[in-house]
Amino acid sequence: MLIDNGRPIFLQIAERIESDIIDGTLAEESQVPSTNEFAAFYRINPATAAKGVNRLVDDRILYKQRGIGMFVSTGARAVLMQRRREEFFDQYVQPLAREARKLGIEPDELADMIRQGEHAIQGGTQ
Amino acid sequence: MSTVIEVTDVTKTYRKSEALRGVTLALQPDRIYGLLGRNGAGKTTLMSILTAQGFASSGEVRVFGEHPYENERVLNRICFIRESQKYPDSFTAEHAFKSAALFFANWSQELADRLVTDFQLPLRRNIKKLSRGQLSAVGVIIGLASRAELTFFDEPYLGLDAVARQLFYDRLVEDYSRHPRTVVLSSHLIDEVANLLEHVIVIDQGRIIMDDDAETIRGSAFTVVGSAEKVRTFLGGREVVHSDNFASLASVTALGTLNESETREAAELGLELAPVSLQQLIVRKTMSASPASSGAADRPLSEVAR
Repeated sequence: MLIDNGRPIFLQIAERIESDIIDGTLAEESQVPSTNEFAAFYRINPATAAKGVNRLVDDRILYKQRGIGMFVSTGARAVLMQRRREEFFDQYVQPLAREARKLGIEPDELADMIRQGEHAIQGGTQ
Repeated sequence: MSTVIEVTDVTKTYRKSEALRGVTLALQPDRIYGLLGRNGAGKTTLMSILTAQGFASSGEVRVFGEHPYENERVLNRICFIRESQKYPDSFTAEHAFKSAALFFANWSQELADRLVTDFQLPLRRNIKKLSRGQLSAVGVIIGLASRAELTFFDEPYLGLDAVARQLFYDRLVEDYSRHPRTVVLSSHLIDEVANLLEHVIVIDQGRIIMDDDAETIRGSAFTVVGSAEKVRTFLGGREVVHSDNFASLASVTALGTLNESETREAAELGLELAPVSLQQLIVRKTMSASPASSGAADRPLSEVAR
């Protein structure tokens, strides 16, 4: 099961869809699966799935077309990228810096390690 | 009429023991409810009263706005699948489905046929000769194919293996999506059913101790682990539902949510935060509410964390 039991599921559904938009799995102006399809796939209550999807509609990341379904808004990807970038410092950089300090890794050394990590990823994708 | 079930201050007394104490509930249409609690907590007693198979000692019960007792208008719209469903001795599964088809106005033979194939149920074997799991499958098939406006499943999975239970959950979500109705699912396999539920009712020793939206409950508690002293500082006056101590460490489950700055503060104090699943929270709550435990929830944290 891909759902984590301790957090509200509608938030997790909304995050999933956001990630799919960011990495291009869901292109702008493409149709998003229906609430019932999400419910069946993730094995969750359809009302919960609807709550997750509606959150993105309220946010204008998705838009509804009556009788047809739900689509990704134009410009959604840029909005989400900007939001994730803002969260990046809190979510990733701060814990990293904290752990580095605990282990006595100096900021310069840490910066080097990040560059090495970047190299490793590039090597892996080429 | 917006509520499907309205229960007001219902009590059920068996000789000397009180099975239900002052139960008050309102169930809305077209939702999947979980009725959760330990064995003997009062789940079956409550469902029996709601389906007119038992009487309340006191209090008011309304189903579809009416008294359910000997009331065909109400009972025709209800399907109750019990853990120990009895069938006439000579019956085969096919007989059971044929009677259900006559009784339930919304019966779907197509769905029943499909479920028979899914569960690989022998239709012409005498019901008495079916395995425990196959007997449960008969109940599950009737419960789903009846498409009754109000369906109760009382621990319907006895003898069903993990694969068959998953099949039941999947078919329930699928059919409910297309044909919304009110479902009350009683279970003590909380982790298995948690994600299917829209609303959760927890009963403990005859009392309702939780009655809330499943998503609200999911975000309503957290566990913090770390040095007992720092845990105590961090939690301040929050309500604690459970506390474990090991040497100088404490693992404490508290109610409430944490904002970003609190999460950061926990990290700075070297404390670990973990989410609490529905099952964990219910286990914590039903343990702390029982007189057998030491009642850790009633004591202030300063004592508990020590």
